[in-house]
Amino acid sequence: MCGIVGLYLKDDALQPELGRRLAPMLIEMTDRGPDSAGFAVYRNGAPQGWSKLTLYHPEPAYDWDVLEQGLAQALDTQCDGFRRASHFVLMTPAADEAARRWIGEHDGDVRIMSVGEAIEIYKEKGLPKDVAARFGLETMSGTHAIGHTRMATESAVTTEHSHPFSTGRDLCLVHNGSLSNHNRLRAWLRRRGIEFQTDNDSEVAAGYLTHRLGEGASLKEALEAAIKDLDGFFTFAVGTRDGFAVVRDPIACKHAVLAETDQWVAMATEYRAIAKLPGAEEARIWEPVPGEIYSWERTPESPGINAGERH
Amino acid sequence: MTVDPRTLRSSSSFPPHVIAEIQRAADQGLYEIRGFGAKRALPTFDDLVFLGASTSRYPLEGYREKCETKVVLGSRFAKNPIELKIPITIAGMSFGALGANAKEALGRAATAMGTTTTTGDGGMTPEERESSETLVYQLLPSRYGMNPDDLRKADAIEVVIGQGAKPGGGGMLLGQKITERVAGMRTLPEGIDQRSACRHPDWTGPDDLEIKIHELREITGWRVPIYIKIGATRVTYDVQLAVKAGADVIVLDGMQGGTAATQDVFIEHVGIPTLPAVRQAVEALQGLDMHREVQLIVSGGIRSGADVAKALALGADAVAIGSAAMVALGCNKPVFVEDYQALGTEPGCCHHCHTGRCPVGITTQDPELEQRLPPDVGARLVRNYLSTMVLELQTLARACGKSHVHNLEPEDLAALTIEAAAMAGVPLAGTHWIPGR
Amino acid sequence: MARLDLAEMSLRQVNGELQALEAGVNDLDWRIANPQGAHAVAVGLTAPIRLTIEGHVGFYCGGMNQNAEIKVEGHAGPGLAENMMSGAVRVTGNASQMAGATGHGGLLVVEGDTSSRCGISMKGIDIVVKGSVGHMSAFMAQKGHLVVCGDAGRDLGDSIYEAILFVRGKVESLGADCIEKDMRPEHREVLAGLLAEAGIDADPSEFRRFGSARKLYNFNIDHADQY
Repeated sequence: MCGIVGLYLKDDALQPELGRRLAPMLIEMTDRGPDSAGFAVYRNGAPQGWSKLTLYHPEPAYDWDVLEQGLAQALDTQCDGFRRASHFVLMTPAADEAARRWIGEHDGDVRIMSVGEAIEIYKEKGLPKDVAARFGLETMSGTHAIGHTRMATESAVTTEHSHPFSTGRDLCLVHNGSLSNHNRLRAWLRRRGIEFQTDNDSEVAAGYLTHRLGEGASLKEALEAAIKDLDGFFTFAVGTRDGFAVVRDPIACKHAVLAETDQWVAMATEYRAIAKLPGAEEARIWEPVPGEIYSWERTPESPGINAGERH
Repeated sequence: MTVDPRTLRSSSSFPPHVIAEIQRAADQGLYEIRGFGAKRALPTFDDLVFLGASTSRYPLEGYREKCETKVVLGSRFAKNPIELKIPITIAGMSFGALGANAKEALGRAATAMGTTTTTGDGGMTPEERESSETLVYQLLPSRYGMNPDDLRKADAIEVVIGQGAKPGGGGMLLGQKITERVAGMRTLPEGIDQRSACRHPDWTGPDDLEIKIHELREITGWRVPIYIKIGATRVTYDVQLAVKAGADVIVLDGMQGGTAATQDVFIEHVGIPTLPAVRQAVEALQGLDMHREVQLIVSGGIRSGADVAKALALGADAVAIGSAAMVALGCNKPVFVEDYQALGTEPGCCHHCHTGRCPVGITTQDPELEQRLPPDVGARLVRNYLSTMVLELQTLARACGKSHVHNLEPEDLAALTIEAAAMAGVPLAGTHWIPGR
Repeated sequence: MARLDLAEMSLRQVNGELQALEAGVNDLDWRIANPQGAHAVAVGLTAPIRLTIEGHVGFYCGGMNQNAEIKVEGHAGPGLAENMMSGAVRVTGNASQMAGATGHGGLLVVEGDTSSRCGISMKGIDIVVKGSVGHMSAFMAQKGHLVVCGDAGRDLGDSIYEAILFVRGKVESLGADCIEKDMRPEHREVLAGLLAEAGIDADPSEFRRFGSARKLYNFNIDHADQY
């Protein structure tokens, strides 16, 4: 049970403002999510052909330099990176699989929060305002972001159990609700090669999407399949490299509000989070209809102002 | 040919009562609906014993050396917490399920003993508000009779997520008990079979519950404690979430908890017994450093002062009684035996609350049957029973050297079976072993 | 005319001041500024005041209202006017889920649309929606009237009791035990009265009436597939 927020910038001139606008939205959702918070920011891609891996280690003084240099040496490749509190964004041209394997062998306590060209995931236990401050959310620029505040229902309150969950490249998911068949689905997905780090139901939803996308489904098809195969109550916000999507289950007890102006599209569990955005007073406000997929995506043809699509 | 009794062997899988039930289902095409709680044998408090005083521990003298029983509920947020004189309350039971006389009797007894009664799925009656000095008002999925005037008259508000007899199910009252008065209170046509909703109409999930509780506090000026009642299923998570949603008090109803009407399969096959539920709840509270900050009331099969003492020793702040209070009023008493038989049962086996033909006048709306339970007679019976339980509780607490019943602790207990040891988190008698830890 | 500003005052202060008003109070006109989507605004009111809320509200606005006339200039979140007993609540924009939930009396008017479960478990409230209502509206509706000038989503009136539904537009599907019933003069009269009270100009003869088939009031094995 939780709060979800999302912000997609249609106007590129607002990119430096992304974090500064998302932070108050996230903090407004503290009451429904006091345990932990997290956000995925999609921002300046790494050099052409490179990947970004957002890593986490529980020890505050962890030596990331050793890891960075070790990886570069072992895989005979380049590395760069920067630290934000307990997280470290490692950039490298090395293949994802090789990098993951090496990191796992180097130190089993290092967790990989996200992998992709644009995505960076930051999440941790603690109040949303503390988590946002710790990672400097307000300083982050980018094209779009989704965030989550967590009230743990059936799994532990740990950093790994926080949302967003990423089980695929540049893909992440946040979830408000409670799935009722995630245990069987987790086992089914494991047999198909999806790896899980927690017993959290939301991670299963993320893994499910990764699996469907890996089989060649479009995001729309993967979400349609999710509506059928996942049982329980959910509102999902999904982040992809180029945009985000929102979907509610057919019973639709968990709330969702969408708002749109010429400059941005925002999503939140409660309107009062959206009320924090400049321009909210003039925004078109509506609720997503259950069982339908709403998505917004940057396309090469219109990289500047990006209108969304509703499926 | 005479039957040689030695050759007769009934099946454990298909004993006579199961055969009868299958054939009843074949006749009627509907699940069995009944009252009372789970009848099958379950691990209970009977499997725990107290380690009374010995050479290393000293008992308190009866009477002169005080053993206090006062409990405060709702200290977390409420301006006006509830002060109980005894750690035993009367659980939520509806007017509709029970008749007006029974509700009044319970109210008067509770008032005399300095404790609370609780409304149920029908709303608040004037008789109950007048007879019960401290009254807890339930907010259920059905919202029958819910209104802000009664909300403001209440001394506490209990948000009901579930009850032990049917966690995940809603209330039920069959047509024969939906009289003109009951129908009026519930805004229903007379004589229908009422099945309440199982989810609340205007919130789903602990994150929304937090907002709902906030609304209730705003309507009542933050004066009164807000309880959250759950049936025992995923106790650890539920208790954590109740704390996060802002509850002052948690009411935990184990599988043995009674009902006036629900499906037999629900009663017997859903929920965990009170014994493991208490320990899980207390450990969840301790994990959040909220034990004694958010109070815990435990119900479901509390029958004697020994049960009360054991629930408190495991960490509860108080208990609630439902079925036991009814038994004190006369439920299953061997009187009016022909009336039990007319229902197809006998005293000691009766669970026919749903019929509205309660032979002792408790769970009925029939004025003739209600006459069998005058409120002042009922009040005296329940008051005597409550007094007995308190004396029993104090006897055991004093034997363990406690000057306040809240000083009872798990280390005062030993378990007689492996199940009880595992469930209660208490060593098996004669050993240091707690299975599973 | 008094104006309470939620940007300057706490919700408790605002609600406290309004709840302290009694019948016979001189100042009948009140305004609340800067609600910014706050929850539980103007709940538990008892005095017959006229209150205007300038902006969007969150959950449970006007909850358990008695006697007051509340107008929201904007959109309302879930549970608008939940359990209202009397008085009136009006929204110029849209209302979210569960509008008018379990209401016992009074009039709720939504000038925009509502999302799902409008009038869930209603117990005597009258609800008039100028736009459309979402799925599962009038679920377990016991008493009162729901008037929909637009369309109704799926499973309208599922498990309905004695509430009466009037819909002008399309009904996506009907819930268990809910059927269309004929519109007789007395129904058109009631509907006309509700539309007039709501200040909505619509022709009663364009509406259809829906209500309970009453087949699920008592269990009958032949209807088991409805459950």
